[in-house]
Amino acid sequence: MPAAPTLIQAESVFREYRLGETVIRAVDDVSLTVEKGEFLALLGSSGSGKSTLLSMMAGLDRPTSGAIRVRNRNLAELEPDELARYRRETVGMVFQSFNLLPRMTLEENVELPLRLAEVDRHDRESRVAEALARVRLGARTRHRPSELSGGEQQRGALARALVNRPAILFADEPTGNLDSVNGEQILLLLREFQDSLGMTIIMVTHERPLAQKFANRIALLSDGRLVSDGAQR
Amino acid sequence: MKTRDLSELAVRNLREAVLRNSLTTLGVAVGVASLVAMLSLGVGLQTLASQRLTRSGLFDAVFVTSQRNFRGPRPPAPADSAPKKESRPLDEDARQQLSKLSNVTEVYPQIRFVTEVRYAGKSETTSVLGLPDSSRSSGAFEGMTGAYFSSPTAEEAILQIEFARVLADQPPSLVGKDLTLRYAERAALSKDNGRDSFFPESMIGSATPGGISIVPREKTLRIVGVIESDPSAGIGGFGGTRVYLPLKTAEQLHVAQPDDLQAFLSGNPAKPSYMALTVRVHSPKDVLQVEAAIKQLGFATFSLLDATKGLRLVFTVFDLFLGLFGSLALTVASLGIINTLVMAILERRREIGILKALGATDRDVRSLFFAEAGAMGLFGGFFGVALGWLIGSALTWGTTIYLRRQNLPGVKISYIPWWLAVGAIVFAIAVSLLAGLYPAARAARLNPVEALRYE
Repeated sequence: MPAAPTLIQAESVFREYRLGETVIRAVDDVSLTVEKGEFLALLGSSGSGKSTLLSMMAGLDRPTSGAIRVRNRNLAELEPDELARYRRETVGMVFQSFNLLPRMTLEENVELPLRLAEVDRHDRESRVAEALARVRLGARTRHRPSELSGGEQQRGALARALVNRPAILFADEPTGNLDSVNGEQILLLLREFQDSLGMTIIMVTHERPLAQKFANRIALLSDGRLVSDGAQR
Repeated sequence: MKTRDLSELAVRNLREAVLRNSLTTLGVAVGVASLVAMLSLGVGLQTLASQRLTRSGLFDAVFVTSQRNFRGPRPPAPADSAPKKESRPLDEDARQQLSKLSNVTEVYPQIRFVTEVRYAGKSETTSVLGLPDSSRSSGAFEGMTGAYFSSPTAEEAILQIEFARVLADQPPSLVGKDLTLRYAERAALSKDNGRDSFFPESMIGSATPGGISIVPREKTLRIVGVIESDPSAGIGGFGGTRVYLPLKTAEQLHVAQPDDLQAFLSGNPAKPSYMALTVRVHSPKDVLQVEAAIKQLGFATFSLLDATKGLRLVFTVFDLFLGLFGSLALTVASLGIINTLVMAILERRREIGILKALGATDRDVRSLFFAEAGAMGLFGGFFGVALGWLIGSALTWGTTIYLRRQNLPGVKISYIPWWLAVGAIVFAIAVSLLAGLYPAARAARLNPVEALRYE
């Protein structure tokens, strides 16, 4: 079986923050590759640098030094507008705290990336319906986030993340605010996207059992450094 | 992001914090209203003054005299002016010729004479003026006791109140009464009659074809009105007359005029000439062109056009100051917009982070805040114009009540032309966008990671 092509390549990535006179190194010389269609779990304790690394790979942040190449384009060298386009077209994101806009209905939240991508109005409705059907929320389209349970909100966030049909889905502690049942449902959905849509999934978590159960590969970070990187299944 | 999507999101955001955004929009509206009210007052007063001056007949009239006589004001001829045309009499032919010039609406003679007026046994000498029928709409007779002449040939008179007081203690009581004019009528004599005249041929010369006779006459006129102002200023010359008749009635009296002597000496007494003619034009802007055409015909002219230019300058400065004061309120309102949008950034940090995470560019975020500021300006502008109109109407209403209590006609002192309404809305949007500049730039600069971390 031929090896899957490399989709993301992080090369000696550093990320430092300055707090007054103190320099905090959140990511310290991390190098790793992610192959297309892989489900990678970035595992680590709080403050290990896993979310910072994920933000840089998602194009939300830039490394202080080093390179993050996605399809051979170094994100660190992209102009702000190109980086925004990368986030819009290549990337989908889910967060621990769902981050649905409270004043919008579920379908409006899911439609938001399509508005930003200037997708034609006629196509939006079907794409929103399709995304919501995938996460089994077809009946809750007119509800606002406050009217949904945590699990439903996170599924709504998943629908929003995949509505633009991204190649990579970044999930930052997607089960952090959910009970174990709902957490497993979310991860099952992620696996389903990986399998049926061929999506590459990179998930940050501090829950080793979940990572072991659902991810293909676990990269362990500690104090900003990559301490282990190994396949699971 | 497409403009329509941007607008929808902006309106949705404005609806969410409805109280705060409404108050900010109200602040803009009050600012625009003060600007509109101030400027509408300036425009209204300017319009009022222009209308009054135009209707007075001073600024849309050219006063024409013959170059033969030396009466009346006449500007000095410029040094490089063309050689003078042959001097022509200002007679009926000239009147007809002038009335055919383009942009001329009316040509009428100044019939003004000093005469004896008799009423209830009193006899007073005063000056009489014939008024053209167009003076009915001049506005000079608004608020007059009684009524304007019933027809252009009515045997009626209007008295100036100072003169009316001489005739009666209660001037309004004169309305409906009759007075008698005693005047000198001019009549042309035939050549034969001329020979029978008082003057021997040796004195008037054998070449004289005829002569004129001056006959004392009386005319009874019904007093139909008493007026406080002097309507003769402008319409018939430069004021100073006390009794007014319809122009056609005055013409039919054939009152002897000073020019009759000149006509007599010129050898054509049967064809009387006028002292002066007033040529009315369509609008003050036609005055220069008509004046030039009349000069080409060989007559002397005079107009007061330059005075309107000065008036326009005064009102432009007046409007400028009113506009500046009005703009102060809008400036304060723009601080409200800045405050509201800066607060919105703090409240919506996380939302900005989410938008950026979903692929919004800095420009999208900036445009969104810009659109919100612009929408507040747009709504504030519309409400402000409406509010300004209400304030202007209230001022007009109050002024009218005050003037009516003073027995004066009401006037419209506030006027909002279309350009002021549109300009105020555009100005409100521009000021709001300017106020949104800083908050929008600040929102666009937000780091998405930090914004997403914000609780």
